[in-house]
Amino acid sequence: MYNLIGAGLIVIGGGIGLGMIGGKAMESIARQPEAAGKIQTAMIIIGALLEGLAFGALILGK
Amino acid sequence: MVATKSIKFLVVFVLALTSFSAFAQDDTVGNNLIDSPDEIQAYIAHHLKDSHDFHLYTNNETGVHYGFPLPVMVWTSNGLKAFMSSAFQHDDNGTIIVDKDNTKLVKYHSKIYELEANATALSFDDANHPTNASKVLDFSITKSVFGMLLTGLLMLLAFGGLARGYKKGKIIPKGFSRILEPLVIYVRDEIARPNIGEKKYRKFMGFLLTVFFFIWILNMLGLTPLGFNVTGQIAVTACLAIFTMVIYMVSGTKDFWAHTLWMPGVPYVLRPILAVIELVGFILIKPFSLLLRLFANITAGHFIVMSLVALMITLKASFGPIASTGMSLVLALFIMFIEILVAFLQAFIFTMLSSLFIGMAVEEHDEH
Amino acid sequence: METLLNDFSVGLFFMQALILLIIILLMRKFAWKPILDALQSREDGIQEALDAADSAKLEMQNLNASNEKLLQEARLERDSMLKEAREMKDQMITAAKDEAQVQANSMIEQAKDAIENEKKSAIAELKTQVASLSIEIAEKVVRQELANKDKQMELVESMLGEATLSN
Repeated sequence: MYNLIGAGLIVIGGGIGLGMIGGKAMESIARQPEAAGKIQTAMIIIGALLEGLAFGALILGK
Repeated sequence: MVATKSIKFLVVFVLALTSFSAFAQDDTVGNNLIDSPDEIQAYIAHHLKDSHDFHLYTNNETGVHYGFPLPVMVWTSNGLKAFMSSAFQHDDNGTIIVDKDNTKLVKYHSKIYELEANATALSFDDANHPTNASKVLDFSITKSVFGMLLTGLLMLLAFGGLARGYKKGKIIPKGFSRILEPLVIYVRDEIARPNIGEKKYRKFMGFLLTVFFFIWILNMLGLTPLGFNVTGQIAVTACLAIFTMVIYMVSGTKDFWAHTLWMPGVPYVLRPILAVIELVGFILIKPFSLLLRLFANITAGHFIVMSLVALMITLKASFGPIASTGMSLVLALFIMFIEILVAFLQAFIFTMLSSLFIGMAVEEHDEH
Repeated sequence: METLLNDFSVGLFFMQALILLIIILLMRKFAWKPILDALQSREDGIQEALDAADSAKLEMQNLNASNEKLLQEARLERDSMLKEAREMKDQMITAAKDEAQVQANSMIEQAKDAIENEKKSAIAELKTQVASLSIEIAEKVVRQELANKDKQMELVESMLGEATLSN
């Protein structure tokens, strides 16, 4: 039971984080379209790190 | 022309629908059709694991399995035993005992156990763990190993062809090699060069390129109906991550170790604590996140696709066969597209982070 | 976590390590090295060609500039040569003129001298002739006068008057 609550919390946190990363990346691409490639790469890397954290917590907590 | 084509397509589509519905409606007792949510979950769990034979299709009327067996090689207490997996007769519940020179082997949940000498059947405790058997070291050519060998062969053929084309003096590759060349350039210019640095990237290209295409091809193989789930095996991703870790630990410069173990510009009291944190980060956390990310993404992808495909069985009661099948088809198709993207993305991320970590290790600090 | 550890197959890990190692080594030898070398050499070739084109362009520009310079020099040289020649011509003309003047002057001088000399010698001859004439006249007069005394006197007088005039 607590496991499931924890998993839910992890997913919520990860979702908020990913949303913020994506939103900010979109903003910066809109502001500087010529730097879109670099921003995308950085976004994907940070997203991956966050994802790894979320998955790690999810699997360790399961 | 178009009309005949569309009619053909319609016929195939209707046939597919009716066959699916026939499959869904046929729930006579006694065959091993998968019907209930529990069975579906068990089936998915079974798929996510490695397997010792290559199973494509089972005819439910006759109970005949189509596929081919793979060689089993296990290291038991009596030494190495090798036989074909057909000896287990597709049993996965530990009921069929293979006796090889007085070594009793059973297969239970895709793992091979060695029974104790006096036992005649596998017995379980409350958590369904075998009590009178021990795991053996399993060096079999399992489905995953088969997939890896296949991938290696494909890579050697494809990229060997590209290399041969260059060797023949063709400056611009032709045919399929034409697709491969930009990919190689992409890995070199977008992943390795910016992260490792112009001077040192060349040394690591072999590893990075191999790992990139290895993971990508295996991810894509996992999306085919052949049922591979190689990058969803934690042993495989762990091995990949450990390769990365060994490479960046071995190639770490003096600067890197100085910065890791005795960080300059920080109060002396904090330095040992920082050293511990950095070391744990490099040895444990970074490889762990690498292996977990790949494993979890691929496993989750397979899980979702299979669950959506299973929707047509679970929703059949409430929506009828055609609606449930259509819904699951559309959803599964949608997720499949995302999975194709993820297949590339995970290969990219793994290579990217590997080169990032390698870049950290080989970086030369000029100032400070 | 527990199921994960349970799923971890040491055998698969070992096989994967072995296969990955073999693939990396094989691919490095048979694929990546030749591919990367070929790509590198191709890029170097392109870079070299671009550089060569650039340097050729620069050389062309230099060549043009030096041509222009040569032409300019030639033009200058021609101008100076012309100028020199003109000067020389002027000089020669003036020199010739001067010389001619000098010669003419000296010829005039000589001519004058000669004329003077001729004049002097003519005068001298005249004088001698006058003298001899006057002697002859005097002889004749003397012969006549010897016959007539009046007439003799008259003649002497007119003769003397003439002689004074002609002198």
